[in-house]
Amino acid sequence: MSTTRPPSSPVPAAPVTPADAGPVAAAADRPGTQVEREFTIRAMSSRELITRRFLRHRGALGGMIVFLTTIVLAFSSIGVAGIPGWWGLDYASPATVVEGGRMSLDVMPSFLDGDGLAIGRHPFGQDDIGRDYFALTMRGTQISLMICLLVGLLATLIGVLIGAAAGFYRGKTEAVLMRITDVLITIPLLVIAAVLGANAAGSGPVVLAAMIGLLYWTTLARLVRGEFLSLREKEFVEAARAMGASSGRIIVRHILPNALGTIIVSATLTVAAAIILETSLSFLGLGVQAPDTSLGLLISSYEGAFQTRPWLFYWPALFIVAIALSVNFIGDGLRDAFDPKQTRVRA
Amino acid sequence: MAVPDREREPAPTGDGTRSRRAPRQRAEGPLLQVENLSVDFPTEDGIVHAVRGVSYTLTERGVLGIVGESGSGKSVASMAVMGLLPKSARISGRVLLEGQDVLRMSAPAQRSIRGRRVAMIFQDPMTALNPVYSIGDQLAEAVRSHEAVPKRVALSRAAEMLDLVGIPRPKERLNSYPHEFSGGMRQRVMIAMAIINDPDVIIADEPTTALDVTVQAQILETLVEVKNAVNAAIVLITHDLGVVAGLADHVLVMYAGRAVELGSTREVFTAPRMPYTAGLLGSIPNLDTQGGRLRPIPGAPPSLINLPPGCPFSPRCPLAIDECQRTEPDLYETDLRMHTAACIRWDTMADLPDPRTIFRPTAVVP
Repeated sequence: MSTTRPPSSPVPAAPVTPADAGPVAAAADRPGTQVEREFTIRAMSSRELITRRFLRHRGALGGMIVFLTTIVLAFSSIGVAGIPGWWGLDYASPATVVEGGRMSLDVMPSFLDGDGLAIGRHPFGQDDIGRDYFALTMRGTQISLMICLLVGLLATLIGVLIGAAAGFYRGKTEAVLMRITDVLITIPLLVIAAVLGANAAGSGPVVLAAMIGLLYWTTLARLVRGEFLSLREKEFVEAARAMGASSGRIIVRHILPNALGTIIVSATLTVAAAIILETSLSFLGLGVQAPDTSLGLLISSYEGAFQTRPWLFYWPALFIVAIALSVNFIGDGLRDAFDPKQTRVRA
Repeated sequence: MAVPDREREPAPTGDGTRSRRAPRQRAEGPLLQVENLSVDFPTEDGIVHAVRGVSYTLTERGVLGIVGESGSGKSVASMAVMGLLPKSARISGRVLLEGQDVLRMSAPAQRSIRGRRVAMIFQDPMTALNPVYSIGDQLAEAVRSHEAVPKRVALSRAAEMLDLVGIPRPKERLNSYPHEFSGGMRQRVMIAMAIINDPDVIIADEPTTALDVTVQAQILETLVEVKNAVNAAIVLITHDLGVVAGLADHVLVMYAGRAVELGSTREVFTAPRMPYTAGLLGSIPNLDTQGGRLRPIPGAPPSLINLPPGCPFSPRCPLAIDECQRTEPDLYETDLRMHTAACIRWDTMADLPDPRTIFRPTAVVP
């Protein structure tokens, strides 16, 4: 740490050279700078402030690291859209099952009765027809990430639009939009998704994600509507109107930022829930179709092997948990970072 | 800089260095003229007649104080001028801003007036500022609601305004959030936001009610300074007669949705011609008199849904005679010039040596 200390930092007991005479002299040299400025603290811009608060939030920072690592790992290892990755095996081609498909990854050092640190040819093992399970898990992670982010984005967008319109304009707009929402809520999501999924089976993960997204906004819409209902009565909204702001401007620039905390948290929960829903659909055979795969599909394919070959189960499970948890932590950190009243320094 | 200096209070007006815009070429006639303004709200209990035929005139750079107790319609009347009433409100009458009727304008035209030509200062600065925006962003937003200027320009204007309302180190304070400001500072920010578009009329709705007494005086001084700097007229809504006495040149007293007395501040305060005004003045505690009780006006204002016939103040009025219960009086010309009062017994009031004492238990009422 001491080697990376910036040269301008005051080092105790170091001789003060003329070039390093301290901020007072430096400030006095510059024309137009007041010496008393030494005692004032430079105000941070809001972007700096938000970044700083986010980075101070340990959970969020950890979540961010895990999330980015997962993305980089999933896309760089087996490649995407024809671009090859650094992992030599691909997820679709069968091969001979070696060593009963056991995983060759070993992190136990030799003195603890292991074979030493070794990755081996199939670190996550092989499935029934000899496909490399690492490549499969990576492909599943890619698809699941794509689906859950797309669902999160789409559901948040629709939910915010509908909730904001209903909460702000009230009256007939609200009645119509909220009744549509109520109807969607009363029908179990899984049933609609299953029906749509059966019809759209084989059209690929993007269509699946779009369908889930189109159905998954109800919770968010109700939350956003509630927020808007309370925020629209606030005096600062009236002040904005007295200032001559239009309804659109009031919604986007005055109310929405105040509802951001709720929206972010809800959006991250949606992302996490979308992974679970995708898992359930794939488990029912209505989601992603073979030969493509997703984390949910991998788990459901080998649920029977849980007793005998648990690695087929827990590698995809580990990635599901990692994605869902890290997204939630990121959301938590974002919410705190965007709240200007947050002054508490996170431990 | 932080504390406005009383001695330089009459800041230069016409050629003020701070006003960015030369005074507009204005049409002949008064700046703001409200004619026979009525506002009704349909409710489940019946129609609330919140404002009933109020008329007043605001001259250029004038300060009109609107006084009345809670529910007298003073805020509703000014909200109607701003076009800020809920859709359910039924508004009639005319609000002429330089001859143009604001009430009959299209919604976008009304919006272009709000904030730009008629600005408003709200009562509670604690809630009227958006908590998620920095002060600079909010002030810039006020500019950019009306003009497509780069944010940098809007921010520099914001800093200029903060300086004008007496906030030290304005450039640095642009990045502060409302919760980092005290109540008085926030009200200064509200004032800065009101004047940032150089309005002709500022409606101040109880601007000092939410502040403590020491800060009130500073805010009022700031208001005067700012008014002189931007050449604006002020409609000052308040129930604090002290505020009116210090600031307004004309006073409109409202009771039960109607204007009951209108005149110059000096005359209304020294020679009220309506018993209600006299009662208000008589209820102000006086530092010179030792001991004794406060002298409220007995009774409560009538319901605005079922108004009794006759003068709405007659049930509480010590001067009430039978005729008061028959018809509601209009604003009568009184013995004083440009001073009208809605009381058929204004001449009796004029004969009293000190009309402010009529609510005292010992008063001999003619």
